[in-house]
Amino acid sequence: MIQLEGLSKRYGNVVAVEDLTLTVGAGELLVLLGGSGSGKTTTLKMINRLIEPSSGLVRLDGTDTMSMPAHELRRRIGYAFQRVGLFPHLTVAENIAITPSLLGWSTDRVRQRVDALLELVELDLNMRDRRPNELSGGQQQRVGVARALAAGPSVMLLDEPFGALDPLTRQRLQESFRRIRQEIGLTAVFVTHDMTEALMLGDRIAVMNDGQLVQIGTPHTLLTAPADDYVNQMMRTPRRQAAIIDTLLANGTNLAS
Amino acid sequence: MTEQLALLPGYLTAHLQLTLLALFLSTAISLPLGIAATRVPWLEQPALAVAGVIQTIPSLALLAMMVPILAFLNLQSIGFLPAIVGLTLYGVLPVLRNTVTGIAGVDPALKEAACGVGMTPRQQLVRVELPLAMPVIVAGIRTATVWIVGIATLSTPVGATSLGNYIFSGLQTRNYSSVLVGCVAAAVLALVLDSLVRGIELGVQNRRRGHVAASLSLIVLLYVYSGITLAAPLFSEQDRPVVIGSKTFTEQYILSAMLSRWIEQESGRPTTLMQSLGSNVAFDALDAGDIDVYVDYSGTLWANEMGRGNVTAPRAEILSNVDRFLSEEHGVTLAAALGFENAYAIAVRKPDATRLGLTTISDLIPHASRLVLGGDYEFFARPEWIAVRDTYGLAFRELRTMDPTLMYQAAAQQDVDVISAFSSDGRIEAYDLLVLRDNLNAIPPYDAVVLASARLAKDEPEVLQALARLEGVIDTERMRAMNFSVDEAGENPDTVAAAFLSDLSLSSR
Repeated sequence: MIQLEGLSKRYGNVVAVEDLTLTVGAGELLVLLGGSGSGKTTTLKMINRLIEPSSGLVRLDGTDTMSMPAHELRRRIGYAFQRVGLFPHLTVAENIAITPSLLGWSTDRVRQRVDALLELVELDLNMRDRRPNELSGGQQQRVGVARALAAGPSVMLLDEPFGALDPLTRQRLQESFRRIRQEIGLTAVFVTHDMTEALMLGDRIAVMNDGQLVQIGTPHTLLTAPADDYVNQMMRTPRRQAAIIDTLLANGTNLAS
Repeated sequence: MTEQLALLPGYLTAHLQLTLLALFLSTAISLPLGIAATRVPWLEQPALAVAGVIQTIPSLALLAMMVPILAFLNLQSIGFLPAIVGLTLYGVLPVLRNTVTGIAGVDPALKEAACGVGMTPRQQLVRVELPLAMPVIVAGIRTATVWIVGIATLSTPVGATSLGNYIFSGLQTRNYSSVLVGCVAAAVLALVLDSLVRGIELGVQNRRRGHVAASLSLIVLLYVYSGITLAAPLFSEQDRPVVIGSKTFTEQYILSAMLSRWIEQESGRPTTLMQSLGSNVAFDALDAGDIDVYVDYSGTLWANEMGRGNVTAPRAEILSNVDRFLSEEHGVTLAAALGFENAYAIAVRKPDATRLGLTTISDLIPHASRLVLGGDYEFFARPEWIAVRDTYGLAFRELRTMDPTLMYQAAAQQDVDVISAFSSDGRIEAYDLLVLRDNLNAIPPYDAVVLASARLAKDEPEVLQALARLEGVIDTERMRAMNFSVDEAGENPDTVAAAFLSDLSLSSR
């Protein structure tokens, strides 16, 4: 369980995130949704202290995250992001094994864990000794997710992890990720600006604009009872896309008749 | 050639010692400094600026500057130490710059990932930033390696033996096979060290343990060899040999060889040569006790050490003044005046002299504006030139600085018209030149004198007595002939010195 209480981040006079309070329940996936500069990524990074909050606090399973060294906190939280950041001088297996090796796991245990994770993210076991630059974009992000999950974290943070992938690959990874999450009952915070992705993956969605939380609720609530015009506009995008496809299927042209 | 190759093990070992130690020290300084500069933002600019400034100092000047600086700090100012300090400073920039660039160039996404997976700052550095910056850092180390091997040849003038001994003495005595041996040996050494470092890099990149181990053990072996040879003299039981210095011209090579043979023959004490020292370095070295004996010239001491300018005192008076000054101010003994003078002299081509009716320097005055004067590296900065210029009111069309060995040839080939010759040089005759008489006595006398350090005078009076027996044994004609044998007939300075000494013992019998 993750609790954000009155969390703020200011850079000089610029407010990136203002007085944010919300709770992510155990096993829940919360999507942080918003446009560029809405403060969603800043919020995410304050959870594992890649960015230190200006005020407010974050509790992880009831413990204040400031009560432990940042690197220890991060070893307990999986982190995957759009640019993946696989270490090019290490093999796939070594990349996945990073956090366990930092935690001092035995070689045997690490090897078993790596094999299990490769299977979990649907990668062939013979990928073990490949270098990251020999993998496709989708395979790289699968390794990125495996690395984030390696030390068996109870919480995972994802910052637009599938943003740079082609639509087909993105969809496959989204499906894989949904399955993985159900399998291991992961609590997760997922940042995206993609409405469809948010609706597909999120148990609840928190819409942010200008550093403020605009609305938080299930996809159904957001679609049926948007809190304000901003949320309403955001929800209109997938609807319009669906309408275009419906029209196309009915009339054979994408121009509304 | 065989003669030169016989010197190779000694020179190469000395060169290797300088290079490897300097390379180790530069890396040991600049790697941590470079890492610190990427962590402490205000450090980067000043560190790179200082290293950059050091780099812009010409390498020869940087090494030469170490002599007075170390002397001021009361450290060994001649020999191994100034060379090591200079070379180390020179190697700092490439490694420092590449360390900073390499670490700064690591993809920010990877730094974020390293942080995100839970690495401490130190683990981020060791596991991610350094490995990824390694190719750039190694490139810096390789640059430093090649630079240091090359620049180490310039250690010779500050008194550290190196492959530069071949080059400096070869250039001075026109022994080009010696120069070639020195250059080729330095180039081969640079290539070998560079490929060893490259070997380690490639091995690490491709994860070939065997390759890494092979290159690494070769380098370690070279370090061990250098360390042992460097430390060996410290543990040897022998007395320190008498160290004989020489400056960088033919006459000095002959005389130092002669002093070495003479001292060994007369006192039985072992000697060692420290050759090709810069002109002022030699006196500082004697003063500091880094060398024990060398030959200098009364006029040089008069001008450089005593700071007297325009003098027209008689030869004997200058000699006695210099003698008194040296013993009172520096505790240095003037052991013997060899009997000949090697003065600066103004020389022209004989046909020109005939055509223009030149016999004295005064005769040059009306023609000077059409003539080019060639001088050695120091001549135009020396008080003798100022004195000649001002006394006679000479204004040449152009002043051209050149290597003293090339000066005579340049005059003969009409590249220059007038040169600052040395009166004992055999090439004055050989190139059909004429020395113009110093009719206004602007140039002081230059008696060749054997100087002995305070240590030698105190601890080894028998050596001093042997040196005193050389009083007046060489006249100018004989010295010219000996210089000529080396410069033009291609004989070895040591052979010439030996021949002279055997003549000397025959005549004294």
